[in-house]
Amino acid sequence: MTQFNWSVINFAWVPILPLIVVGAGAMGVLLAGVETDDEESGALGILSIALFVFAAILTMLLFSGPPSLTFSGALSVSSYSAYFELLVLIASAMTALISVEYAADARLPGAEYYALLMFAALGMMLMAAADDLIVIFLGLETMSIAVYALAGFLRRDPRSNEAALKYFLLGAFSTGFLLYGIALIYGATGSVKLEPIEAALSRPATDNALLLAGLGLLLIGFGFKVAAVPFHMWTPDAYEGAPTPITGFMAVGVKAAAFAAFVRVFMVHLAPLGPQWTTVMWVMAALTMTVGNLAALVQTNIKRMLAYSAIAHAGYILVGMTAVDSPRAGGAILYYLLGYVFTNLGAFAVVVALERRGARQDDIADYRGLATRHPMLAAAMALFMLSLTGVPPLAGFFGKFYIFSAALDAHLVWLTVIAVLNSVMSAYYYLSVLIAMYAREGGVEPEPMRTRPALVAALVIAAIGTVVIGLFPQPYISSATGAFASALNRAPHHHVVLNR
Amino acid sequence: MGGSWLTAVIFTPLLGALFVLAQPEERATWRSGFIFSLIPLAISIYLFMAFDPSQAGYQFVERAAWIPQFGISYHLGVDGISLFLVMLTTVLFSLSMLYSGGGDIATRPREFCFFMLVLEMGLLGALLAVDLFLFYVFWELMLIPMYFLIGIWGHGRKYYAAFKFILYTMLGSILMLVAILYLVAATRAHLGQLTFDLPELYGVPLSHSEATWLFAAFALAFAIKVPMWPVHTWLPDAHTEAPTAGSVILAGVMLKMGTYGFLRFAIPLFPEIAIEAAPLFLALAVVGIVYGALVAMVQPDLKRLVAYSSVSHLGFVMLGIFALDPQGVQGAIYQMLNHGISTGGLFLLIGMIYLRRHTREISEFGGLWKSVPIYAAVFMVVMLSSIGLPGLNGFVGEFLILLGTYLSKSLAAEVGVAGLILGALYMLYAYERVMFGPITHAVNRTIADLNARELAVMAPLIALMLLMGLYPRPLLSRMEPSVGALLGRVHAAQARIDGEHREAHALAALAEAKSVAPK
Repeated sequence: MTQFNWSVINFAWVPILPLIVVGAGAMGVLLAGVETDDEESGALGILSIALFVFAAILTMLLFSGPPSLTFSGALSVSSYSAYFELLVLIASAMTALISVEYAADARLPGAEYYALLMFAALGMMLMAAADDLIVIFLGLETMSIAVYALAGFLRRDPRSNEAALKYFLLGAFSTGFLLYGIALIYGATGSVKLEPIEAALSRPATDNALLLAGLGLLLIGFGFKVAAVPFHMWTPDAYEGAPTPITGFMAVGVKAAAFAAFVRVFMVHLAPLGPQWTTVMWVMAALTMTVGNLAALVQTNIKRMLAYSAIAHAGYILVGMTAVDSPRAGGAILYYLLGYVFTNLGAFAVVVALERRGARQDDIADYRGLATRHPMLAAAMALFMLSLTGVPPLAGFFGKFYIFSAALDAHLVWLTVIAVLNSVMSAYYYLSVLIAMYAREGGVEPEPMRTRPALVAALVIAAIGTVVIGLFPQPYISSATGAFASALNRAPHHHVVLNR
Repeated sequence: MGGSWLTAVIFTPLLGALFVLAQPEERATWRSGFIFSLIPLAISIYLFMAFDPSQAGYQFVERAAWIPQFGISYHLGVDGISLFLVMLTTVLFSLSMLYSGGGDIATRPREFCFFMLVLEMGLLGALLAVDLFLFYVFWELMLIPMYFLIGIWGHGRKYYAAFKFILYTMLGSILMLVAILYLVAATRAHLGQLTFDLPELYGVPLSHSEATWLFAAFALAFAIKVPMWPVHTWLPDAHTEAPTAGSVILAGVMLKMGTYGFLRFAIPLFPEIAIEAAPLFLALAVVGIVYGALVAMVQPDLKRLVAYSSVSHLGFVMLGIFALDPQGVQGAIYQMLNHGISTGGLFLLIGMIYLRRHTREISEFGGLWKSVPIYAAVFMVVMLSSIGLPGLNGFVGEFLILLGTYLSKSLAAEVGVAGLILGALYMLYAYERVMFGPITHAVNRTIADLNARELAVMAPLIALMLLMGLYPRPLLSRMEPSVGALLGRVHAAQARIDGEHREAHALAALAEAKSVAPK
């Protein structure tokens, strides 16, 4: 009779406290929901925000700690994971803040809504910390299933149903690719953990064909999640149909989490194979930017426009990944995502502000004349659009600047030229919104903002973030570069006891 | 030197912009906007007085770390090249604000003043930045308010014009950003550290093809802004559809950012390539001079005529710059100021008549001399300044440019003179059709002459035209050392090229001698 040896699995609870807070909090919110009506869902929203903030504070305390592997090397707790966990928590808290009045107005069942949001956040945080392909997969599924349900949350709206179904089918399909890739890589290297995989790369015995096939499938799987061309087809419909705060969450949170895993797998552990995958990545980056921007040019619906814009921005980040040879590329991507979280969520918050109960008012034409009726709302939208265009001194500008300079470090001159030309193209559709708001007449009247304090708070936070991160990027650059460096540093194993 | 004068001159307009927005009383907008535009004017006059004409380098320097990870600093300075453009900017902004308050801008004055003042900040910042990153930030920043000025307060196809303007300019400037980043990366390889500081980027060893590409990227960005033929096509639309103040700033200051860019960045960073490319730029400049003049001649719309005349006049500036000769470059800087004053004045005058008649068609006028004599007289002085009548400012600039060009590139100068004659021709022809002859339209009999505000706008411009035409010395003396330093870099590059040639010749001769010898 052998007893299970608990020391095989090393439990280090402290580093995963933020995850525990969010996971337990999600269940708590569900339970609390039993006692509350749908009209009072705002209280649950505030509760979830408080939990997100608490988890964020815990994460910050862990930020500067030494990197360590825990749970037998399944989770790597470092400032890299902390950075992405913070991004996810900021995105989730902002989404909840944007949702407070939206969910109450639409009489959405608050307990389920906020609990799903928190479960999705939990999955994202798991992806940020995972150092094991299977754990990445677990996090991805936890996140995805929650987001599928959230996308279809407006049950009586056929567009929302369509969004959920499309997102689910294509998402499930892409998960298959990812899983197949993991299996092939396991076959080639004998491990699903990232460090042993990396170690296996240099062994002559490793089956290269199998490995490369697995790598290709992983690329497709991640490509779906970050909406890279040609795996982007689901994005516009899913973004248009989903409840608007969730669209923002998908564009920002899902993307950040997917890139957390994508960057760690490819730029840290598969970097030795760089010559093999950067060519593909080069093409993917160029296509993603160009297709995203070209399609965005002709959109008349703002959510679809922002969907294609999100595709284009994934393309800029892929430029950073292609520049894996540059020591600055990792920091550039991490910084870029930070600015993107604030800017894009801000833009979606404005879209939410313009929606009225029961009526979707999300055509760009609806924004006409907004500047005369709601100057502050229009000014905020202008700020976010300019940041997305990449106009200095906003966060979007410095993010692009950082990525392009990394790309030039890696001698990707032509890819950088393609990227900047795309950036000019994007100016057209972002600035169209400005012209609609400032120079044209007509449009729709939003709900009075004074009845929506949470939304105003979200807008203010997003606007401050967009300006401050761009104008004084210094501390954020330091955090981003430090975080990426910590992923590169081989983390010392945390009391690993192996019984042989 | 002490003090934060340059920071003050850049950011008082921003303060003013925020003040105007926050002000509860909309009626007071114009007054506060105007007052806030006077403060930078006063500071720039102080800078002019306190400027040491014997120094070639930057003065009133301010420097602080901004983004140390990238070697980016908040580094400001003014030299003999930028000093006068700063003054031109502050003068034209004050006058534009004064003029626009008189009825030209009927709607949303608060936003108008806001965008104008932000634009002023962008322009001043770009002129005073010594750090390339800082320069780029201001350079891009100035596009947005101008886009709004055209898009909101413009006429006719204003959306089209606004988009065309911003997409053209962004296209050029973003390729310049790539060039800046590339240059910085090359500098790091050379110096071992990242820096965006302009003086440190001088003399970075680059291969010939690298330097050519980088120069091309910088030159494209600036050539679009100037605009040089054949990338000028955004200009007629933007100028024509913009509100009067927008046209004044666009023509008066913004175009100069292109020529300034050549002087400050493209030429001193890549002097060898600039020397090699000079014939091309001289040719394009000459084509621009003649083309602009010919197209201006057939324009039925007064504002479009002046817009095309800008293409022609800026061709002169480019001619002077690429003469790469002290007289030529000083003349070019002088001509930038002249063009700002005289074309700015012309746009203001056209705005005034448009306000009265709501048309700018030349055929709608005729015989205005009889009904609005003061207007006609002022128009005449400004026009004569524009065509370079001796005694007025335009003459000094054109004379210096042609002198400088003639010494080294006589053919370009000769064609340039032909352009000068054409310039006089289309201006005088237009003037004749508008002002002389019988009054063909009855409405023109009853229009009002210039009012006090309009006179107050025009008087400083006319005073400057006379002053700069009769007494150019204080300006030229302040330019001289900085221009000398710039050309010093060019001459050093020329010497290097000559040295290489001589060496190559010697080697070739040696090789020939060797191959001949055994026989």
